[in-house]
Amino acid sequence: MAVTKGWANRIRQAAASLAVIVLLIATWWLVVHVTQSAIFPTPLQVVMGMFELLRDGTLFEHIGASLFRVGVGFLLALAFAIPLGLWMGWVRGAFLTLNPIFQLLRPISPIAWIPIAILWFGVGDVSPIFLIFISSVFPMIVQTTAGVHTIERRYLRAAQNFGVSRYTLFRQVVIPAVWPQIIVGMRIGLGVAWLVVVAAEMIALHSGLGYLIIDSRNAGNRYDLVIAGMIIIGVIGLLLDGVMRLLERHRSVRWRYVR
Amino acid sequence: MSAKIIVTDVYKSFPSDAGSLRVVEGVSFSVNDGETVAIVGPSGCGKSTLMNMVAGFERPDRGSVAIDGAARSSPSPKGILITQHGSIFPWLTVQQNLMFGLDGHARGKEILADHYAAMVGLKGFESSYPHELSGGMLKRAELARALVVKPEVLYMDEPFSALDALMNLRMRNELLRVLAEERHTVLLITHDVEEAIHLADRVMVLSPRPARIQASFDVRVPHPRKLSSAAIQELREAILLELGVDQSVV
Repeated sequence: MAVTKGWANRIRQAAASLAVIVLLIATWWLVVHVTQSAIFPTPLQVVMGMFELLRDGTLFEHIGASLFRVGVGFLLALAFAIPLGLWMGWVRGAFLTLNPIFQLLRPISPIAWIPIAILWFGVGDVSPIFLIFISSVFPMIVQTTAGVHTIERRYLRAAQNFGVSRYTLFRQVVIPAVWPQIIVGMRIGLGVAWLVVVAAEMIALHSGLGYLIIDSRNAGNRYDLVIAGMIIIGVIGLLLDGVMRLLERHRSVRWRYVR
Repeated sequence: MSAKIIVTDVYKSFPSDAGSLRVVEGVSFSVNDGETVAIVGPSGCGKSTLMNMVAGFERPDRGSVAIDGAARSSPSPKGILITQHGSIFPWLTVQQNLMFGLDGHARGKEILADHYAAMVGLKGFESSYPHELSGGMLKRAELARALVVKPEVLYMDEPFSALDALMNLRMRNELLRVLAEERHTVLLITHDVEEAIHLADRVMVLSPRPARIQASFDVRVPHPRKLSSAAIQELREAILLELGVDQSVV
Protein backbone atom coordinates (compact mmCIF):
# COMPACT_ATOMS: atom_id res chain seq x y z
CA MET A 1 0.00 0.00 0.00
CA ALA A 2 2.71 2.42 1.08
CA VAL A 3 4.76 1.42 -1.95
CA THR A 4 2.01 2.16 -4.46
CA LYS A 5 1.34 5.44 -2.68
CA GLY A 6 5.06 6.27 -3.01
CA TRP A 7 4.92 5.55 -6.71
CA ALA A 8 1.79 7.64 -7.15
CA ASN A 9 3.51 10.54 -5.44
CA ARG A 10 6.57 10.15 -7.60
CA ILE A 11 4.54 10.12 -10.77
CA ARG A 12 2.66 13.21 -9.64
CA GLN A 13 5.97 14.96 -8.89
CA ALA A 14 7.41 13.98 -12.26
CA ALA A 15 4.25 15.14 -14.01
CA ALA A 16 4.53 18.54 -12.34
CA SER A 17 8.15 18.93 -13.44
CA LEU A 18 7.26 17.80 -16.94
CA ALA A 19 4.41 20.30 -17.08
CA VAL A 20 6.77 23.15 -16.24
CA ILE A 21 9.20 22.04 -18.95
CA VAL A 22 6.41 21.78 -21.51
CA LEU A 23 5.19 25.25 -20.52
CA LEU A 24 8.71 26.63 -20.87
CA ILE A 25 9.16 25.14 -24.34
CA ALA A 26 5.73 26.39 -25.40
CA THR A 27 6.55 29.90 -24.23
CA TRP A 28 9.88 29.77 -26.02
CA TRP A 29 8.18 28.64 -29.22
CA LEU A 30 5.50 31.30 -28.93
CA VAL A 31 7.99 34.12 -28.30
CA VAL A 32 10.16 33.14 -31.27
CA HIS A 33 7.04 32.91 -33.40
CA VAL A 34 5.62 36.26 -32.30
CA THR A 35 8.89 38.20 -32.57
CA GLN A 36 9.67 36.63 -35.95
CA SER A 37 13.32 36.27 -34.86
CA ALA A 38 15.63 35.40 -37.71
CA ILE A 39 18.47 34.13 -35.51
CA PHE A 40 16.96 32.62 -32.38
CA PRO A 41 15.79 29.07 -33.18
CA THR A 42 12.51 27.38 -32.33
CA PRO A 43 12.58 24.23 -30.17
CA LEU A 44 11.96 22.20 -33.34
CA GLN A 45 15.02 23.69 -35.01
CA VAL A 46 17.10 22.82 -31.91
CA VAL A 47 15.91 19.22 -32.09
CA MET A 48 16.72 19.12 -35.81
CA GLY A 49 20.15 20.57 -34.99
CA MET A 50 20.71 17.85 -32.45
CA PHE A 51 19.85 15.20 -35.03
CA GLU A 52 22.26 16.83 -37.44
CA LEU A 53 25.05 16.59 -34.89
CA LEU A 54 24.13 12.98 -34.15
CA ARG A 55 24.06 12.05 -37.84
CA ASP A 56 27.48 13.37 -38.75
CA GLY A 57 28.98 11.91 -35.58
CA THR A 58 30.65 15.13 -34.39
CA LEU A 59 28.48 15.20 -31.27
CA PHE A 60 30.08 12.08 -29.84
CA GLU A 61 33.55 13.36 -30.64
CA HIS A 62 32.81 16.56 -28.71
CA ILE A 63 31.23 14.70 -25.81
CA GLY A 64 34.14 12.26 -25.76
CA ALA A 65 36.71 15.06 -25.77
CA SER A 66 35.00 16.90 -22.90
CA LEU A 67 34.49 13.76 -20.81
CA PHE A 68 38.09 12.70 -21.38
CA ARG A 69 39.42 16.03 -20.08
CA VAL A 70 37.07 16.02 -17.11
CA GLY A 71 37.86 12.39 -16.36
CA VAL A 72 41.62 12.81 -16.37
CA GLY A 73 41.63 16.13 -14.51
CA PHE A 74 39.15 14.92 -11.94
CA LEU A 75 40.90 11.62 -11.24
CA LEU A 76 44.26 13.37 -10.89
CA ALA A 77 42.67 15.81 -8.45
CA LEU A 78 41.09 12.92 -6.52
CA ALA A 79 44.39 11.05 -6.31
CA PHE A 80 46.02 14.21 -5.01
CA ALA A 81 43.27 15.49 -2.71
CA ILE A 82 42.45 12.35 -0.71
CA PRO A 83 45.93 11.62 0.66
CA LEU A 84 46.62 15.31 1.18
CA GLY A 85 43.25 15.88 2.86
CA LEU A 86 43.76 12.90 5.15
CA TRP A 87 47.23 14.10 6.06
CA MET A 88 46.04 17.66 6.72
CA GLY A 89 43.16 16.32 8.78
CA TRP A 90 45.33 14.03 10.85
CA VAL A 91 48.49 16.08 11.35
CA ARG A 92 47.75 19.42 12.94
CA GLY A 93 51.01 20.98 11.77
CA ALA A 94 50.25 20.10 8.15
CA PHE A 95 46.82 21.68 8.47
CA LEU A 96 48.13 24.88 10.05
CA THR A 97 50.83 25.18 7.40
CA LEU A 98 48.87 24.40 4.26
CA ASN A 99 45.32 25.51 5.04
CA PRO A 100 45.95 29.27 4.67
CA ILE A 101 47.46 28.72 1.23
CA PHE A 102 44.52 26.62 0.06
CA GLN A 103 42.02 29.06 1.52
CA LEU A 104 43.71 31.80 -0.51
CA LEU A 105 43.75 29.81 -3.75
CA ARG A 106 40.26 28.41 -3.38
CA PRO A 107 38.21 31.54 -4.13
CA ILE A 108 40.10 32.22 -7.36
CA SER A 109 37.84 31.17 -10.20
CA PRO A 110 39.40 28.43 -12.32
CA ILE A 111 38.56 30.66 -15.31
CA ALA A 112 41.11 33.16 -14.03
CA TRP A 113 43.76 30.49 -14.50
CA ILE A 114 43.10 30.21 -18.24
CA PRO A 115 45.82 32.65 -19.37
CA ILE A 116 48.38 30.95 -17.13
CA ALA A 117 47.26 27.52 -18.31
CA ILE A 118 47.77 28.56 -21.92
CA LEU A 119 51.16 30.07 -21.08
CA TRP A 120 52.31 26.90 -19.32
CA PHE A 121 50.62 24.16 -21.28
CA GLY A 122 49.64 25.65 -24.65
CA VAL A 123 46.28 25.04 -26.26
CA GLY A 124 46.20 21.21 -26.25
CA ASP A 125 44.48 18.85 -23.86
CA VAL A 126 46.79 19.62 -20.96
CA SER A 127 45.44 23.13 -20.31
CA PRO A 128 41.82 22.10 -19.69
CA ILE A 129 42.99 19.11 -17.66
CA PHE A 130 45.04 21.46 -15.53
CA LEU A 131 42.06 23.79 -15.12
CA ILE A 132 39.82 20.90 -14.11
CA PHE A 133 42.42 19.74 -11.64
CA ILE A 134 42.59 23.24 -10.14
CA SER A 135 38.82 23.53 -9.94
CA SER A 136 38.04 20.17 -8.38
CA VAL A 137 41.04 19.63 -6.12
CA PHE A 138 40.20 22.28 -3.50
CA PRO A 139 36.66 21.20 -2.65
CA MET A 140 37.89 17.63 -2.31
CA ILE A 141 40.80 18.61 -0.05
CA VAL A 142 38.53 20.74 2.11
CA GLN A 143 35.87 18.03 2.48
CA THR A 144 38.41 15.30 3.25
CA THR A 145 40.17 17.43 5.86
CA ALA A 146 36.88 18.44 7.47
CA GLY A 147 35.87 14.79 7.42
CA VAL A 148 38.90 13.78 9.46
CA HIS A 149 38.33 16.64 11.88
CA THR A 150 34.77 15.58 12.55
CA ILE A 151 35.44 11.90 13.31
CA GLU A 152 33.86 11.33 16.69
CA ARG A 153 36.36 10.86 19.46
CA ARG A 154 34.68 7.73 20.80
CA TYR A 155 35.62 5.85 17.62
CA LEU A 156 39.25 6.93 17.77
CA ARG A 157 39.32 5.97 21.43
CA ALA A 158 37.92 2.55 20.65
CA ALA A 159 40.61 2.05 18.02
CA GLN A 160 43.23 3.15 20.55
CA ASN A 161 41.75 0.79 23.13
CA PHE A 162 42.05 -2.23 20.84
CA GLY A 163 45.67 -1.31 20.17
CA VAL A 164 45.44 -1.75 16.40
CA SER A 165 48.21 -0.85 13.98
CA ARG A 166 48.30 2.50 12.24
CA TYR A 167 47.42 0.71 8.99
CA THR A 168 44.28 -0.81 10.50
CA LEU A 169 43.40 2.49 12.13
CA PHE A 170 43.42 4.26 8.76
CA ARG A 171 41.92 1.46 6.72
CA GLN A 172 39.11 0.53 9.08
CA VAL A 173 38.41 3.72 11.02
CA VAL A 174 39.70 6.95 9.53
CA ILE A 175 39.08 6.36 5.83
CA PRO A 176 35.63 4.76 6.13
CA ALA A 177 34.63 7.47 8.62
CA VAL A 178 35.67 10.18 6.16
CA TRP A 179 34.38 8.42 3.04
CA PRO A 180 30.89 10.02 3.05
CA GLN A 181 32.52 13.45 3.25
CA ILE A 182 34.89 12.54 0.42
CA ILE A 183 31.88 11.62 -1.70
CA VAL A 184 30.39 15.06 -0.99
CA GLY A 185 33.70 16.58 -2.08
CA MET A 186 33.67 14.45 -5.23
CA ARG A 187 30.17 15.61 -6.12
CA ILE A 188 31.14 19.23 -5.69
CA GLY A 189 34.45 18.70 -7.49
CA LEU A 190 32.94 16.95 -10.47
CA GLY A 191 30.19 19.56 -10.72
CA VAL A 192 32.72 22.38 -10.84
CA ALA A 193 34.91 20.42 -13.25
CA TRP A 194 32.03 20.09 -15.69
CA LEU A 195 31.32 23.82 -15.47
CA VAL A 196 34.96 24.62 -16.09
CA VAL A 197 35.67 22.27 -18.98
CA VAL A 198 33.00 23.94 -21.10
CA ALA A 199 34.37 27.37 -20.29
CA ALA A 200 37.93 26.30 -21.01
CA GLU A 201 36.98 24.75 -24.33
CA MET A 202 35.27 27.93 -25.44
CA ILE A 203 38.53 29.79 -25.34
CA ALA A 204 41.40 27.73 -26.53
CA LEU A 205 40.42 24.42 -28.04
CA HIS A 206 39.23 22.78 -31.22
CA SER A 207 37.07 20.06 -29.76
CA GLY A 208 34.68 19.51 -26.91
CA LEU A 209 31.20 20.74 -26.09
CA GLY A 210 32.41 24.22 -25.20
CA TYR A 211 34.12 24.44 -28.57
CA LEU A 212 30.96 23.16 -30.27
CA ILE A 213 28.98 26.03 -28.81
CA ILE A 214 31.40 28.82 -29.60
CA ASP A 215 32.17 27.40 -33.05
CA SER A 216 28.48 27.09 -33.92
CA ARG A 217 28.03 30.74 -33.12
CA ASN A 218 31.13 31.89 -34.98
CA ALA A 219 30.46 29.74 -38.04
CA GLY A 220 27.26 31.35 -39.20
CA ASN A 221 25.19 32.05 -36.12
CA ARG A 222 23.96 28.46 -35.77
CA TYR A 223 22.08 29.19 -32.56
CA ASP A 224 20.13 25.96 -32.96
CA LEU A 225 23.40 24.10 -32.39
CA VAL A 226 24.38 26.47 -29.55
CA ILE A 227 21.21 25.60 -27.66
CA ALA A 228 21.47 21.92 -28.58
CA GLY A 229 25.00 21.96 -27.08
CA MET A 230 23.75 23.66 -23.93
CA ILE A 231 21.02 21.09 -23.43
CA ILE A 232 23.49 18.24 -23.91
CA ILE A 233 25.85 19.81 -21.36
CA GLY A 234 22.99 20.00 -18.89
CA VAL A 235 21.96 16.41 -19.44
CA ILE A 236 25.51 15.07 -19.09
CA GLY A 237 26.06 17.16 -15.97
CA LEU A 238 22.94 15.64 -14.49
CA LEU A 239 24.11 12.13 -15.37
CA LEU A 240 27.54 12.75 -13.83
CA ASP A 241 25.93 13.89 -10.60
CA GLY A 242 23.69 10.84 -10.76
CA VAL A 243 26.74 8.59 -10.91
CA MET A 244 28.22 10.32 -7.86
CA ARG A 245 24.93 9.93 -6.03
CA LEU A 246 25.06 6.21 -6.66
CA LEU A 247 28.18 6.18 -4.46
CA GLU A 248 26.06 7.58 -1.62
CA ARG A 249 23.77 4.58 -1.85
CA HIS A 250 26.56 2.11 -1.10
CA ARG A 251 25.90 0.05 2.04
CA SER A 252 29.12 1.07 3.77
CA VAL A 253 28.19 4.78 3.68
CA ARG A 254 24.48 4.44 4.38
CA TRP A 255 25.12 5.05 8.10
CA ARG A 256 25.81 8.67 7.34
CA TYR A 257 22.47 9.31 5.72
CA VAL A 258 20.13 7.40 8.03
CA ARG A 259 18.72 9.01 11.22
CA MET B 1 42.56 -13.54 45.55
CA SER B 2 45.11 -11.13 44.15
CA ALA B 3 44.53 -7.49 43.34
CA LYS B 4 44.06 -6.89 39.59
CA ILE B 5 43.66 -3.13 39.69
CA ILE B 6 45.26 -0.97 42.33
CA VAL B 7 44.42 2.73 42.33
CA THR B 8 46.51 4.72 44.77
CA ASP B 9 45.71 8.25 45.90
CA VAL B 10 44.72 9.57 42.49
CA TYR B 11 44.14 13.28 41.85
CA LYS B 12 42.87 15.04 38.75
CA SER B 13 41.90 18.62 38.04
CA PHE B 14 41.08 20.47 34.84
CA PRO B 15 41.76 24.10 33.98
CA SER B 16 38.63 26.23 34.16
CA ASP B 17 37.58 29.89 34.15
CA ALA B 18 37.92 30.02 37.91
CA GLY B 19 41.44 28.61 37.96
CA SER B 20 41.17 24.88 38.20
CA LEU B 21 38.34 22.46 38.67
CA ARG B 22 39.20 19.71 41.15
CA VAL B 23 37.50 16.61 39.81
CA VAL B 24 39.06 13.65 41.58
CA GLU B 25 40.78 14.04 44.89
CA GLY B 26 42.65 11.28 46.62
CA VAL B 27 40.84 8.18 45.42
CA SER B 28 42.29 4.82 46.37
CA PHE B 29 40.78 1.40 45.86
CA SER B 30 41.60 -2.00 44.49
CA VAL B 31 39.71 -4.58 42.48
CA ASN B 32 40.49 -8.26 42.86
CA ASP B 33 40.94 -10.63 39.97
CA GLY B 34 37.54 -11.79 38.75
CA GLU B 35 35.69 -9.36 40.96
CA THR B 36 32.94 -7.00 39.79
CA VAL B 37 33.14 -3.64 41.48
CA ALA B 38 30.61 -0.88 40.93
CA ILE B 39 31.21 2.77 41.59
CA VAL B 40 28.10 4.89 42.07
CA GLY B 41 27.94 8.61 42.51
CA PRO B 42 25.88 11.67 41.70
CA SER B 43 26.04 12.89 38.12
CA GLY B 44 28.96 15.15 37.34
CA CYS B 45 30.93 13.87 40.33
CA GLY B 46 33.94 12.80 38.28
CA LYS B 47 33.06 9.13 37.77
CA SER B 48 33.98 9.15 34.09
CA THR B 49 37.22 11.00 34.72
CA LEU B 50 38.15 8.36 37.26
CA MET B 51 37.27 5.63 34.76
CA ASN B 52 39.31 7.27 32.01
CA MET B 53 42.33 7.33 34.29
CA VAL B 54 41.95 3.70 35.29
CA ALA B 55 41.47 2.62 31.66
CA GLY B 56 44.52 4.64 30.63
CA PHE B 57 42.91 7.33 28.48
CA GLU B 58 43.89 10.09 30.87
CA ARG B 59 46.80 10.47 33.22
CA PRO B 60 46.26 11.38 36.86
CA ASP B 61 47.92 14.57 38.11
CA ARG B 62 49.09 12.65 41.15
CA GLY B 63 48.89 9.09 42.33
CA SER B 64 49.08 5.91 40.34
CA VAL B 65 47.08 3.21 38.63
CA ALA B 66 48.57 -0.26 38.47
CA ILE B 67 47.21 -3.24 36.60
CA ASP B 68 48.72 -6.58 37.58
CA GLY B 69 51.34 -4.65 39.48
CA ALA B 70 52.55 -2.67 36.47
CA ALA B 71 51.91 1.06 36.18
CA ARG B 72 49.15 1.87 33.67
CA SER B 73 49.98 4.76 31.36
CA SER B 74 48.01 4.07 28.18
CA PRO B 75 44.97 2.07 27.09
CA SER B 76 45.49 -1.54 26.17
CA PRO B 77 43.37 -4.36 24.72
CA LYS B 78 43.77 -6.10 28.08
CA GLY B 79 41.13 -3.73 29.41
CA ILE B 80 38.27 -2.70 27.13
CA LEU B 81 36.13 0.34 27.85
CA ILE B 82 32.42 0.27 27.09
CA THR B 83 30.65 3.62 27.33
CA GLN B 84 27.09 4.87 27.43
CA HIS B 85 26.90 5.95 23.81
CA GLY B 86 28.94 3.07 22.51
CA SER B 87 31.64 3.01 19.90
CA ILE B 88 30.56 0.29 17.48
CA PHE B 89 31.83 1.54 14.13
CA PRO B 90 28.78 2.40 12.01
CA TRP B 91 30.67 1.80 8.76
CA LEU B 92 31.56 -1.81 9.56
CA THR B 93 29.24 -4.80 9.75
CA VAL B 94 28.72 -6.56 13.06
CA GLN B 95 31.22 -9.22 12.05
CA GLN B 96 33.80 -6.67 10.89
CA ASN B 97 33.34 -4.79 14.16
CA LEU B 98 33.94 -7.95 16.15
CA MET B 99 37.02 -8.77 14.08
CA PHE B 100 38.40 -5.25 14.47
CA GLY B 101 40.74 -5.90 17.38
CA LEU B 102 41.81 -9.38 16.27
CA ASP B 103 45.01 -10.47 14.61
CA GLY B 104 45.67 -13.47 12.45
CA HIS B 105 44.02 -15.22 9.54
CA ALA B 106 40.73 -13.96 8.19
CA ARG B 107 39.00 -17.34 8.62
CA GLY B 108 40.11 -17.74 12.20
CA LYS B 109 38.96 -14.23 13.02
CA GLU B 110 35.58 -14.87 11.44
CA ILE B 111 35.05 -18.04 13.46
CA LEU B 112 35.94 -16.29 16.70
CA ALA B 113 33.77 -13.25 15.84
CA ASP B 114 30.79 -15.43 14.97
CA HIS B 115 31.22 -17.43 18.18
CA TYR B 116 30.94 -14.29 20.28
CA ALA B 117 28.14 -12.88 18.16
CA ALA B 118 26.20 -16.04 18.90
CA MET B 119 27.09 -15.84 22.60
CA VAL B 120 25.42 -12.43 22.93
CA GLY B 121 22.46 -13.44 20.79
CA LEU B 122 23.43 -11.78 17.51
CA LYS B 123 23.48 -14.94 15.45
CA GLY B 124 22.13 -14.12 12.00
CA PHE B 125 23.07 -10.44 12.25
CA GLU B 126 26.80 -10.84 11.48
CA SER B 127 26.56 -9.04 8.16
CA SER B 128 24.16 -6.33 9.35
CA TYR B 129 25.30 -2.76 9.69
CA PRO B 130 24.84 -1.08 13.08
CA HIS B 131 22.16 1.31 11.81
CA GLU B 132 20.06 -1.73 11.01
CA LEU B 133 20.17 -2.84 14.67
CA SER B 134 18.21 -1.75 17.74
CA GLY B 135 19.83 -0.08 20.74
CA GLY B 136 19.90 -3.31 22.71
CA MET B 137 21.48 -5.22 19.85
CA LEU B 138 24.12 -2.52 19.51
CA LYS B 139 24.99 -3.01 23.18
CA ARG B 140 25.29 -6.74 22.61
CA ALA B 141 27.59 -6.12 19.67
CA GLU B 142 29.67 -3.79 21.80
CA LEU B 143 29.91 -6.37 24.55
CA ALA B 144 30.84 -9.09 22.06
CA ARG B 145 33.50 -6.89 20.45
CA ALA B 146 35.03 -6.35 23.89
CA LEU B 147 34.88 -10.04 24.84
CA VAL B 148 36.31 -11.35 21.57
CA VAL B 149 39.77 -9.92 22.29
CA LYS B 150 39.71 -11.79 25.61
CA PRO B 151 40.38 -8.81 27.83
CA GLU B 152 41.20 -9.36 31.46
CA VAL B 153 39.23 -6.31 32.55
CA LEU B 154 35.98 -4.78 31.34
CA TYR B 155 35.58 -1.10 32.09
CA MET B 156 31.92 -0.21 31.85
CA ASP B 157 30.99 3.46 32.08
CA GLU B 158 27.20 3.77 32.32
CA PRO B 159 26.99 0.93 29.81
CA PHE B 160 23.23 0.48 29.81
CA SER B 161 22.10 3.99 30.74
CA ALA B 162 20.99 4.89 27.23
CA LEU B 163 18.63 1.90 27.09
CA ASP B 164 15.04 1.80 28.22
CA ALA B 165 14.32 0.21 31.61
CA LEU B 166 13.29 -3.17 30.23
CA MET B 167 16.25 -3.47 27.88
CA ASN B 168 18.54 -2.29 30.68
CA LEU B 169 17.33 -5.17 32.86
CA ARG B 170 17.72 -7.66 30.01
CA MET B 171 21.25 -6.53 29.30
CA ARG B 172 22.20 -6.89 32.96
CA ASN B 173 21.04 -10.50 32.92
CA GLU B 174 22.86 -11.01 29.64
CA LEU B 175 26.04 -9.59 31.12
CA LEU B 176 25.77 -11.81 34.20
CA ARG B 177 25.27 -14.87 32.00
CA VAL B 178 28.33 -14.00 29.92
CA LEU B 179 30.42 -13.25 33.00
CA ALA B 180 29.48 -16.62 34.45
CA GLU B 181 30.97 -18.19 31.31
CA GLU B 182 34.13 -16.12 31.19
CA ARG B 183 35.46 -14.74 34.44
CA HIS B 184 36.41 -11.14 33.83
CA THR B 185 37.35 -8.45 36.25
CA VAL B 186 34.74 -5.74 35.87
CA LEU B 187 34.83 -2.12 36.94
CA LEU B 188 31.37 -0.64 36.50
CA ILE B 189 30.47 3.00 36.82
CA THR B 190 26.82 3.90 37.10
CA HIS B 191 24.37 6.32 38.63
CA ASP B 192 21.84 3.50 38.95
CA VAL B 193 22.07 2.00 42.43
CA GLU B 194 19.87 -0.96 41.60
CA GLU B 195 22.03 -1.80 38.59
CA ALA B 196 25.13 -1.62 40.77
CA ILE B 197 23.70 -3.98 43.38
CA HIS B 198 22.37 -6.32 40.71
CA LEU B 199 25.75 -6.76 39.06
CA ALA B 200 28.52 -6.08 41.55
CA ASP B 201 30.27 -7.94 44.34
CA ARG B 202 31.11 -4.62 45.91
CA VAL B 203 29.61 -1.13 45.56
CA MET B 204 31.63 1.97 46.27
CA VAL B 205 29.96 5.35 46.72
CA LEU B 206 31.67 8.48 45.45
CA SER B 207 31.16 11.88 47.01
CA PRO B 208 30.10 14.93 44.98
CA ARG B 209 32.97 16.64 43.15
CA PRO B 210 35.83 16.53 43.91
CA ALA B 211 35.30 12.79 44.00
CA ARG B 212 36.45 10.77 46.98
CA ILE B 213 35.35 7.34 48.07
CA GLN B 214 32.74 7.93 50.68
CA ALA B 215 31.59 4.44 51.52
CA SER B 216 31.89 0.85 50.38
CA PHE B 217 29.32 -1.96 50.58
CA ASP B 218 29.79 -5.67 49.99
CA VAL B 219 26.92 -7.36 48.20
CA ARG B 220 26.76 -10.77 49.86
CA VAL B 221 23.82 -12.10 47.88
CA PRO B 222 24.43 -15.00 45.52
CA HIS B 223 23.38 -14.86 41.87
CA PRO B 224 20.73 -14.97 40.52
CA ARG B 225 19.74 -12.01 42.66
CA LYS B 226 16.14 -11.22 43.38
CA LEU B 227 15.97 -7.45 43.29
CA SER B 228 12.87 -7.28 45.44
CA SER B 229 14.43 -9.30 48.28
CA ALA B 230 14.70 -7.68 51.67
CA ALA B 231 18.50 -7.89 51.79
CA ILE B 232 18.87 -6.06 48.49
CA GLN B 233 16.26 -3.44 49.33
CA GLU B 234 18.00 -2.78 52.62
CA LEU B 235 21.32 -2.37 50.87
CA ARG B 236 19.75 -0.12 48.27
CA GLU B 237 18.35 2.16 50.98
CA ALA B 238 21.68 2.28 52.75
CA ILE B 239 23.48 3.27 49.54
CA LEU B 240 20.86 5.85 48.63
CA LEU B 241 21.13 7.32 52.12
CA GLU B 242 24.87 7.59 51.54
CA LEU B 243 24.08 9.45 48.32
CA GLY B 244 21.86 11.86 50.23
CA VAL B 245 18.49 10.34 49.36
CA ASP B 246 16.57 9.44 52.52
CA GLN B 247 13.81 7.06 51.50
CA SER B 248 12.37 6.68 54.99
CA VAL B 249 11.07 10.25 54.75
CA VAL B 250 9.07 9.56 51.57
